[in-house]
Amino acid sequence: MHAEAGQIAKKVGAILDKYQHDKGMLVSILQDIQEEYNYLPRESLEYVSKTLDVPFSQLYSIATFFKALRLTPRGRHLINVCLGTACHVRGAVKVLETIERELGVKSGGTTDGLEFTLETVNCVGACALGPVVIVDGDYHGQMKTEKVKDMIKQYS
Amino acid sequence: MVKLTIDGREFQAEEEKTILEVASENGIHIPTLCYHEEVSPYGACRLCMVEVTRKGRKRLVASCLYPVAEGLVVRTETPEVNNIRRTVIELLLARCPDSEVVQEMAHDLGVDKPIFSLEEDNHKCILCALCTRVCQEVVGVSAITLVNRGVDRQMATPFYDFSEVCIGCGSCSFVCPTRAISFEDVGDTRVLTMPHVTMEFKLKKCSKCGKYWAPERQLEYIAKTAGIAPEAFDICPDCRD
Ligand code: SF4
Ligand code: FES
Repeated sequence: MHAEAGQIAKKVGAILDKYQHDKGMLVSILQDIQEEYNYLPRESLEYVSKTLDVPFSQLYSIATFFKALRLTPRGRHLINVCLGTACHVRGAVKVLETIERELGVKSGGTTDGLEFTLETVNCVGACALGPVVIVDGDYHGQMKTEKVKDMIKQYS
Repeated sequence: MVKLTIDGREFQAEEEKTILEVASENGIHIPTLCYHEEVSPYGACRLCMVEVTRKGRKRLVASCLYPVAEGLVVRTETPEVNNIRRTVIELLLARCPDSEVVQEMAHDLGVDKPIFSLEEDNHKCILCALCTRVCQEVVGVSAITLVNRGVDRQMATPFYDFSEVCIGCGSCSFVCPTRAISFEDVGDTRVLTMPHVTMEFKLKKCSKCGKYWAPERQLEYIAKTAGIAPEAFDICPDCRD
């Protein structure tokens, strides 16, 4: 999982070649790097900055602007808690808090050992099932605080 | 050349100029915070809003970005314009209640109390990006940018760390309209304080008088970009000739 220099030069170098070192393709380049590493290692941004002669600050700005890009590795399992209006009024916040307590991380965080990443989303279009929690693409509807523990157990 | 009217007076101006440029060249004051003639306009603060009428249609526009045009009629002070400026400064005051500059400007526009205030993080940065534009366009190193998005937007160095490319010149501080960035030279060190990042730079000592006079990184950078021998900076300007 950890990215070391020689490997970065090779992998990121290949991505840059694919885009013909085009500075106009930064977002796509970063997406491809993330595809490779599951996040954007700082060293990869440094490498892109040096090789394309693009300010490091500009890359950091892009990497923090788009929600789809992340600078920290994501866990093996992704838990998404819906906080859309319907889920919200049915107690999604309580569910979220319980998951946070259970995992010991705040929303947006990843547990030690990279097991779970916890995120929130604003409506997944399954309001009738609310509160909804999605783990690795499985929808858990009518979520209750009491059901949180068992749900997490299924994945760990 | 195009002809336009600003506040009832007729002007001739080159096409690529903005309303703000033509107005200030002719002594018409439009309040601004994020504008500086040395860098490209950005339109962040919205204080420079004016009313333009073109082909019979009235609109409010940011004068720092709006290019002049033939027959354009501009009014810099109307009830709508003042109203919108007041709203803008109210928001800025809510964001940066600690900034004297914002306070004064608000006072001048008739706003004395923020309509609401943020609970925490009351620093002075209005996110106008003037510092980042100066660092990029004038200094040429792009050490800082605006990062994150939405309510988390901040001005910072990459990863909020010491920047390897920052030369400690302080241009960002000089140009900051709300004095959100400052620096201080203490002994042999310059401390540059930004709202969320603090960096230290070693200062160069004059080999004659012993005074610490400029950041080493800045002098190295000048030497490199101007093609001067670094030794040229061994003595400070005061001790030269
Ligand atoms: S002090 Fe650093 S961040 Fe500020 S303008 Fe100079 S190089 Fe840019
Ligand atoms: S000066 Fe025009 S938006 Fe700030």
